[in-house]
Amino acid sequence: MRVRRVLTRWLVTLGVLHGIVGFAGFFAPYDPVEQDRKSPYLPPMRFHLIDGQGHFHARPFVYALKLREGSFDRYVENTTEPQPVRFFMKGARYRLLGFLPCRRHLFGLENTRIYLLGTDAYGRDQLSRLLFGGQVSLLAGLLGAGITLSIGLCIGAVAGSFGGWRDSLLMRLAELFMALPWLYVLFAIRAFLPLAVSPLRAFFLIITVIGIVGWARPARLVRGVVLSAKERDFVRAARGFGATHGYLFRRHILPETSSVLLTQAAILIPQYVLAEMTLSFLGLGVPEPVPSWGNLLSSLQQYSVLVSYWWIYLPALAMVPFFLGYLGLASSLQERGAAYKIESRIWGI
Amino acid sequence: MRYLVRRLGHAFFLLAGASVLAFLFTALAPGTYFDEMRLNPQIAPETVAALRVQYGVDKPLPLRYASWLNSVLHGDMGFSFAYNGPVAPLLVVRARNTLLLTITSTLFAWAIALPLGVWSAERLGRLSDRLLSWGTAVLLVIPDLALALGLLIVALRSGSFPTGGMASVDFETLSPANKLRDLALHMILPVTALVLSTLPLLVRHVRASVADVLDAPFLLAALGHGIPKRTLLYRYALPAAANPLISLFGFSIGVLLSGSLLIEVVMSWPGLGPLLLEAILARDLYVVIGGMLFSTFFLVGGNLFADMLLYWADPRIRAESNAR
Repeated sequence: MRVRRVLTRWLVTLGVLHGIVGFAGFFAPYDPVEQDRKSPYLPPMRFHLIDGQGHFHARPFVYALKLREGSFDRYVENTTEPQPVRFFMKGARYRLLGFLPCRRHLFGLENTRIYLLGTDAYGRDQLSRLLFGGQVSLLAGLLGAGITLSIGLCIGAVAGSFGGWRDSLLMRLAELFMALPWLYVLFAIRAFLPLAVSPLRAFFLIITVIGIVGWARPARLVRGVVLSAKERDFVRAARGFGATHGYLFRRHILPETSSVLLTQAAILIPQYVLAEMTLSFLGLGVPEPVPSWGNLLSSLQQYSVLVSYWWIYLPALAMVPFFLGYLGLASSLQERGAAYKIESRIWGI
Repeated sequence: MRYLVRRLGHAFFLLAGASVLAFLFTALAPGTYFDEMRLNPQIAPETVAALRVQYGVDKPLPLRYASWLNSVLHGDMGFSFAYNGPVAPLLVVRARNTLLLTITSTLFAWAIALPLGVWSAERLGRLSDRLLSWGTAVLLVIPDLALALGLLIVALRSGSFPTGGMASVDFETLSPANKLRDLALHMILPVTALVLSTLPLLVRHVRASVADVLDAPFLLAALGHGIPKRTLLYRYALPAAANPLISLFGFSIGVLLSGSLLIEVVMSWPGLGPLLLEAILARDLYVVIGGMLFSTFFLVGGNLFADMLLYWADPRIRAESNAR
């Protein structure tokens, strides 16, 4: 019971986090590629409640930042005019979840622009880029894990149910793939694919590459489950009654693999998000201007940016809550699996 | 002995398989180094065609693989188009630097993880153990990239460590002792990043496997004999828990190798990582293959070392392989 509650809690946490990123258009004040050339490398603005004269405002406000005279990246606060934050404002057009045309944003300013996480070299809002970049990176992780698990399921099922030479061949291949340092393999495969491609093609390219490289471990796990499920009494009984291969697999063996697949998904997704980030950070993944958590950080490869504009680093911490969520999910799924095993031992199945 | 021979054969199979795979990947490539050369108006098309013939890029895959194998036997590992020379010497220098980083980090990480894991397993469920578990969880969810960049910011702002590269500008003029000191100073940052990125994994495994054996009757018996606690933990419990940990040792090398790829690029350590990235961008085919094979070689070597350690540490494996 307790395991179940913990599991639910992690699932809700992850749901909320993914919801924020999924509805990025609403939570982000601006379009992620919209440039504000007058304010490059603008530092994060702070919320205020008390203005320069000591007056209290119930509505939080920010001060607009203006470039200091003779400087190209130093700003001064314009403390004479507090800019109250408006909620549910109409702003830039976007498509909610990719199809619903919308103009409402959670917050914004009426006269000037608000930059809660600062801006990058082109004056693009870092918060908006962070949220939209999350869509790219998380989707890469989810789809990549989907590919890996489908391949793993197919190969594991074939190896487990047929046995014989197919089994040993596939398992040898799996051993080989598991012995390779996977990031290097990822790089090697990426090396032989076209470099300069459109963002969309690059996205699908790297999802495929990431998804294919990791098939070995899930395949082995699925094979193990299939092997043990094949010998269960109820499966033997069904076979005795003349159930076909396909029926047995669909009805009795596939459900057994779900626990392993779910746990693997919780482990693989963050790992793949990280892989996408690494590739994009190094310029081998999703290219500009489309944001992703990796290419948001790529300007940090220059030490001068790293030292002078610390807020560019903030997106690096964005996935910490996501990873924590997935880690918690994976461990409670594992616990649940263990609990099931104990249960089945008690019932003598 | 037979066990070791079998493991050695397995390692060889993995390496050979990796090289075949690498060549199969090259079949995916839509272009070669020479395609970009052809776009260059300063180079005559005939020159490019002659180069293509010279390096045999138009030959079928099995033939290319055979000629590459031949060059491996001669100690070249193919030809780097961008550097205009054999690949092996290029890679060896870089691989040495990567190895220096990885081995140092492995040693440090294990030297910290073992006592920490044992200490935490001993007080399982107490406040200090739970605090440590939370600490490792937090460290586990901070990605390598964030960790490396964060360390770099701290270092750059404080200015107390050298950042980037593995030697100061005046390295050649230093005395041997100062050279060593300079190298150590340059290693602090990347090694810290690598150790911190693997530490949580190791501590958690050490804790789990030591906690597993702490309930064993033989430990209770040893405790009853009045054997001091420290001896009990390190001489009795740890060897009994060593089996999964030694396997983890091989695995941890893989994690460190993958981690060092990124950290080398971020901290501009002249290892395999930056070379590989450069080769990918230049479509320098054989350097990419060589880089992948070198890292596979390290990983397989690390696992082989773990197997040998297991053979030495676990009498059951020795008995089993001798009985056959």
